[in-house]
Amino acid sequence: MIDVIVGLFLIAGAAFVLIAAIGIVRLPDLLTRMHASTKAGTLGALLVMVGLAFYEGSGEVVSKVVATSLFLLLTAPIAAHMIGRAHARVMQKLKDEEAADD
Amino acid sequence: MTGAGFLNFAAQLSLLLILLGMAVAFVRLAKGPSLADRVVALDMMTVTIISFCGVYAVFMDEPSFLDVAIVLALVGFLATVALARYAERRFELDETEQKHAKQKEQDT
Repeated sequence: MIDVIVGLFLIAGAAFVLIAAIGIVRLPDLLTRMHASTKAGTLGALLVMVGLAFYEGSGEVVSKVVATSLFLLLTAPIAAHMIGRAHARVMQKLKDEEAADD
Repeated sequence: MTGAGFLNFAAQLSLLLILLGMAVAFVRLAKGPSLADRVVALDMMTVTIISFCGVYAVFMDEPSFLDVAIVLALVGFLATVALARYAERRFELDETEQKHAKQKEQDT
């Protein structure tokens, strides 16, 4: 029974990671691509981690899984924010230059 | 199908899906077009490798791979932040260099 639950978690997580990767290629611009990778990708990794925690079940592994999941949840928005800010600043400067040229 | 057999099949299928995802993310890494797109693709590839480590830990029944996933999450975050800062700064540096070049032209 536990094996089936673990298997379903693993497949769901892997499917979400694949969907996030497809989203990165298919979506039209940077912000929508970030939307795919940050949310779907993190959810996929978390589902895989939950499956691993169910499979091993020992306190050592579960605490490591919780640490990894918390770290992923904390850092994914920060990384996305940094990339988005860099993109926004570059775009703003390009716009300013265009306005100055006119 | 027994539970263990299903788990084995599920782990192999998940490994395949994640590898496929990594290959697809690599397409964006190669295509670009901007540096920020490449940074996003690299970030995505880090997440795929983390989940690969998780599935592989189940597949091989070897929880040590979880440590690899933790370290990769730490290093991947640092790499993404550093590359994002670089993408931001590179543009500013280009601009100051252009200004200097213009001033030199005016001086001569």
